[in-house]
Amino acid sequence: MSGNGLSYSEQGGEAAPEVAQEAAPSTTPSAPAAFGLFSSDTKKNEDLKQMLESSKDSAKLDAMKRIVGMIAKGKNASELFPAVVKNVASKNIEIKKLVYVYLMRYAEEQQDLALLSISTFQRALKDPNQLIRASALRVLSSIRVPIIVPIMMLAIKEASSDLSPYVRKNAAHAIQKLYSLDPEQKEMLIEVIEKLLKDRSTLVAGSVVMAFEEVCPDRIDLIHKNYRKLCNLLVDVEEWGQVVIIHMLTRYARTQFVSPWKAGEEYSENNFYESDEEQKEKDRKVKATYIMDPDHRLLLRNTKPLLQSRNAAVVMAVAQLYWHLAPKSEAGIVSKSLVRLLRSNREVQYIVLQNIATMSIQRKGMFEPYLKSFYVRSTDPTMIKTLKLEILTNLANEANISTLLREFQTYVKSQDKQFAAATIQAIGRCATNITEVTDTCLNGLVCLLSNRDEIVVAESVVVIKKLLQTQPAHHGEIIKHMAKLLDNITVPVARASILWLIGEYCERVPKIAPDVLRKTAKSFTNEDDLVKLQILNLGAKLYLTNSKQTKLLTQYVLNLGKYDQSYDIRDRTRFIRQLIVPNEKSGALSKYAKKIFLAQKPAPLLESPFKDRDHFQLGTLSHTLNSRATGYLELSDWPEVAPDPSVRNVEVAESPKEWTGILGKTKKEKPAEKFYSESEEEEDESASTSASESESGSESEKEDKEEGSSDESSGSSSSSGESSDSESDNKENTAKKTSRAADESDSEDIKKKAKAISRKRSTSSSSDTESTSSEESSSDSKSESDSKSDSESGKSRKEKEQKTIQDRKAPNKQDVFLLDLDDFCPVPTPVAVPTAAVLSPSLTADLEGLSLLSSSVIDVTTQVSVPTKTHELLHRMSGKGLAAHYHFSRQPGIFGDCMVSVQVTVTNTTDQKIENIHIGEKKLPPGMRMHEFNPIECLEPAGSITVSMGIDFCDSTQTASFQLCTKDDHFSVNIQPPVGELLLPVTMSEKDFKKEQGMLTGMNETSATIAVAPQNSTRLVIIERVVKAANLGIVPSGQDNIHRFAAKTVHSGSLMLVTVELKESSTAQLIINTEKTVIGSVLLRELKPVLSQG
Amino acid sequence: MIHSLFLINASGDIFLEKHWKSVVSRSVCDYFFEAQERASEAENVPPVIPTPHHYLLSVYRHKIFFVAVIQSEVPPLFVIEFLHRVVDTFQDYFGSTNVGDQLPTGQLSVVPWRRTGVKYTNNEAYFDVIEEIDAIIDKSGSTITAEIQGVIDACVKLTGMPDLTLSFMNPRLLDDVSFHPCVRFKRWESERILSFIPPDGNFRLLSYHVSAQNLVAIPVYVKHNISFRDSSSLGRFEITVGPKQTMGKTVEGVMVTSQMPKGVLNMTLTPSQGTHIFDPVTKLLSWDVGKINPQKLPSLKGNVSLQAGTSKPDENPTINLQFKIQQLAISGLKVNRLDMYGEKYKPFKGIKYMTKAGKFQVRT
Repeated sequence: MSGNGLSYSEQGGEAAPEVAQEAAPSTTPSAPAAFGLFSSDTKKNEDLKQMLESSKDSAKLDAMKRIVGMIAKGKNASELFPAVVKNVASKNIEIKKLVYVYLMRYAEEQQDLALLSISTFQRALKDPNQLIRASALRVLSSIRVPIIVPIMMLAIKEASSDLSPYVRKNAAHAIQKLYSLDPEQKEMLIEVIEKLLKDRSTLVAGSVVMAFEEVCPDRIDLIHKNYRKLCNLLVDVEEWGQVVIIHMLTRYARTQFVSPWKAGEEYSENNFYESDEEQKEKDRKVKATYIMDPDHRLLLRNTKPLLQSRNAAVVMAVAQLYWHLAPKSEAGIVSKSLVRLLRSNREVQYIVLQNIATMSIQRKGMFEPYLKSFYVRSTDPTMIKTLKLEILTNLANEANISTLLREFQTYVKSQDKQFAAATIQAIGRCATNITEVTDTCLNGLVCLLSNRDEIVVAESVVVIKKLLQTQPAHHGEIIKHMAKLLDNITVPVARASILWLIGEYCERVPKIAPDVLRKTAKSFTNEDDLVKLQILNLGAKLYLTNSKQTKLLTQYVLNLGKYDQSYDIRDRTRFIRQLIVPNEKSGALSKYAKKIFLAQKPAPLLESPFKDRDHFQLGTLSHTLNSRATGYLELSDWPEVAPDPSVRNVEVAESPKEWTGILGKTKKEKPAEKFYSESEEEEDESASTSASESESGSESEKEDKEEGSSDESSGSSSSSGESSDSESDNKENTAKKTSRAADESDSEDIKKKAKAISRKRSTSSSSDTESTSSEESSSDSKSESDSKSDSESGKSRKEKEQKTIQDRKAPNKQDVFLLDLDDFCPVPTPVAVPTAAVLSPSLTADLEGLSLLSSSVIDVTTQVSVPTKTHELLHRMSGKGLAAHYHFSRQPGIFGDCMVSVQVTVTNTTDQKIENIHIGEKKLPPGMRMHEFNPIECLEPAGSITVSMGIDFCDSTQTASFQLCTKDDHFSVNIQPPVGELLLPVTMSEKDFKKEQGMLTGMNETSATIAVAPQNSTRLVIIERVVKAANLGIVPSGQDNIHRFAAKTVHSGSLMLVTVELKESSTAQLIINTEKTVIGSVLLRELKPVLSQG
Repeated sequence: MIHSLFLINASGDIFLEKHWKSVVSRSVCDYFFEAQERASEAENVPPVIPTPHHYLLSVYRHKIFFVAVIQSEVPPLFVIEFLHRVVDTFQDYFGSTNVGDQLPTGQLSVVPWRRTGVKYTNNEAYFDVIEEIDAIIDKSGSTITAEIQGVIDACVKLTGMPDLTLSFMNPRLLDDVSFHPCVRFKRWESERILSFIPPDGNFRLLSYHVSAQNLVAIPVYVKHNISFRDSSSLGRFEITVGPKQTMGKTVEGVMVTSQMPKGVLNMTLTPSQGTHIFDPVTKLLSWDVGKINPQKLPSLKGNVSLQAGTSKPDENPTINLQFKIQQLAISGLKVNRLDMYGEKYKPFKGIKYMTKAGKFQVRT
């Protein structure tokens, strides 16, 4: 899956020049390079070199197209490396792309030269354009030069916390590449994986799970906390990611949940007859009634819709998940979808049929209703035919066997003889499995013995042999018939089968058997080895039962065998002679010779070749091959007792209190203690000012740990030096964080802010490539001019990073305090308990998916509270009896991304019906859009109806004017939104909040100090009032005196961050950070009275 | 997952290669060529071939093998489906534009399947409802199995970010569906309405299967009389095609193909209409019939010459049929309405119905 994200464009990119060449081979005189003449080849490369030196981009581009064409054709273009690598810094993005393609192919071969390009990538990694950052990372990680492993590691780490989910996705891809280049990096990479697993972007999910599967598939513990999130995101992940996630979750579920199979059945069987006492005992044994873990159910429920995917791999993945995880009664739902896939390409059919074959052995019922879908067409390729036949045979039962046999008759006559032979085997299997039809089948097969085609006859013989063995009585006639066939049939297997049959039942055909031996003794030397062995066998058996007639013949055959070319035959001859011919040397065994040769042999079982495939997970390569493929991960058996399910609990609520509450109960004290000590240790460390790269790396590891993993690693190596300078810094921080920027020089600070903002912009408006590319070039030239400044700014950036880490420190410390207290008195958080429970999980996932693409860790949630306040749209007096009110329902995204949903209640106060109420002419300010409600056909007197409509206010408080029409009248009405309704609440972590806030300072920040009525200063009241006034989401806060809320604007998705910080003497500071400064200030104005009023 | 990709043409040349990880030598394809030799026809080359160090997964389309080299466990359908998408993309790319002048630009959009800033002067949205009948008809003319599979293919050229809904008069007909990722599944679940922001250009919106409860109308019948006699080296061949349940529409584009047994040397046939060809090498008979005129049914009659000395073929050949019926969805599926939200302009909307033969076989 490497590089899947952009693989389309990548391929297109390469394919284009390739065909450009193909399309016009006559125009290039040197095109027939297939001759590979040495001189012409170098000449050609000379002209390419010149083109690459050219000052014109078009010439360079042409050259690069031809070079990439060469690569695609598998020709060696390595000698052009120096000429190509010079262009890596080209400003022309088309050239750049092609140079990247070249580098990925040849960097491994020319490592020293490749290093020249590294600095360009490092610079590109900081480019404001996310596409460039991502592709730089992709190329960097594809250059397989061991020396740059540390650089790659660093780049991956940084990219993993990039604002753009696309870049983070590429970071996940890079993990696998780095791992394959240097497995030593495993531990560090696992940390990045752990971090990315927490990512909430649907774009990242599939890729990081892929990396997980490749690097550390055994680290199931990393999945626990992300399990529910992955289940919920699944529908919105891209198709390839879905496949990977589903396979991983299948493995996960088999280790974490108890079997949904059997347990229930056993229970109900015993239920009736045992006394209560006994029952109770039984219960303990059989785990009482089976109740499915809700998480187990969640997985089944959320994967089900994916059966409707257009991607066969996704459908197959869900099918195997249901097969391996669902209660047997539910697995049936996948049949229909699998059968649908049979309409697809031959290759898809092949794999799907294989899997159905395995399934149909164990659970016939699943596919029986689709029997006819497996009927064979004469145009199917042989491998498909054989698989269909296999399934038909598996599905055969008493009820359908007559239909099936009729169908088989057609197949036997098929022109495809290989298939006809397979059909005969199938008939044989049906005959043994369904006793009712054994005789019918046998007769049918005997008829086939007179078929013209030898393959058909031979196969029939083999199958008849097996059938006769199962019921040896009264089949003398058939054996005689087959003895006659021996004269004509030449296929060795068939001849051998007949001989074996005659030998085995020689006492039933006493007259024929010796004659057959006579005939075959004559032809012995010309027979196939297989047949020779059976002639020897026949001889031995006859010698034992009828030595009078056959003694000499047998000895003759044994003599022939003695000098045979094949040592197998010679061996067997020697063995048989010693065993059956009595002489002085023969041991005790010869007495038992008859018993040995003519023992009752068990009849062969005619079984499906797919019988033992079921120990491989369905849908895997190993299953297809029926042998363990490299890297196959065994599906574990269900555990007897389910592991602790609480490991999957996540801190969903806004306060860390609840989370610690849960954790404190289920886990031991130990992690908590560790937590504590670690964060203290960190406090010291973070105070250090030395900002070496390695240290900042370990710093970020620490961050990860803070977030709740109890994983021990090598982070301790980082040295920490305390300086007085930083100490004061630290103090300042805890005291008042607003002064944090004071240390740094003003100009630098501003620059950074500007940079941060511009980066933010570029991610939010990702499509605007033109502007970003110009940005790129300017930043490029800047950094090129002075590499020193580059490193310097890097350093200062690190310093800033440290600052933010320190910022986080304070609340963290409080967490630790709260942890202890909370164990005694858990504080309920009534207002903002996760609303996800209200909506179906997949719907929430839908919503998440929508927003996630624009910004990473920030999700749209459902509204925290719905205002009850209604506004008048049309008074009944002015509406001639028609009254209308509206209120904002705060339901996100019903009418599309940018719409605010408005519920309009129309009431008929007249005493007559009002007909056809609809929206007429609209007078909307430019850009504003409206999604009308469906016309109300008729409103009875005194009736009232509520309808929903959507309005895109373009993030402004401008009025939407339109006409409300009835059949006879129309009334002009207006809707003006309160600014609080132009928002959609989002959830984000405190950390992210601060990060975002840090980037929305200066112009983007408005604040005011307000007086807060004393009764309003509790957390609950503040939250209640704020979310009522504006559609904001609650952000968990570690400090009691600071309350944070976040939302994004409905139209543009700009973040709106609201902070309420309580101060002494009943005042509070209200801070709003947003790019949308106008809305921000309006919101500030509206929020002020909300808190100050009593 | 996929290590490398090789493209191999009909004459066995590797004409394109791509490596995503380290370079895998072309010689790995030798295993593929071996397997290809073992399989008599290209269609029978196994899609999964294990080699000592790699696994080769391939798809065969447009007479080209796309061979992916895999090193470790991976869902095989993942690779196969991906390869098919690659082929689709190639087809899209090389099929339509003048190749080579413009490299595709990677674009990130909030709606991953639609680029932003789409602009058209003529805004139009066309939907083709195409149904295919898969059937096996036995010797006596009775239906052994028949089912209808349908697709809705769209060509949408609309400015901006339109949000479309498409509803059916009789959505219950649809038994099993699969969607383009743009379709909102929840909406379908609850209201049986297709609601989606369409990709730009051509795409397959929906594939469906019509529930098996509904009896499938078979629009054509084939009367056949094919006989080989043991004694002589001549056989009779006669087929007539006629309309059956066509809902009053014309059956056109009729094409009859049949794979004759190996023993057939040549055929001397006279068609009442259309043209026919018998290829004595592949033994494939094809008859391009054209339209069926109910007043004068098309027929093809004549003699079959068999190889002298060999016994008569066991089996009569199967007849494969192709046909088209315009302006008819044989299942009766009807689109109710198509609405657009989110944009102001009035688009031009068009819906077309068509029924085709899928895998339609008549056993004789």
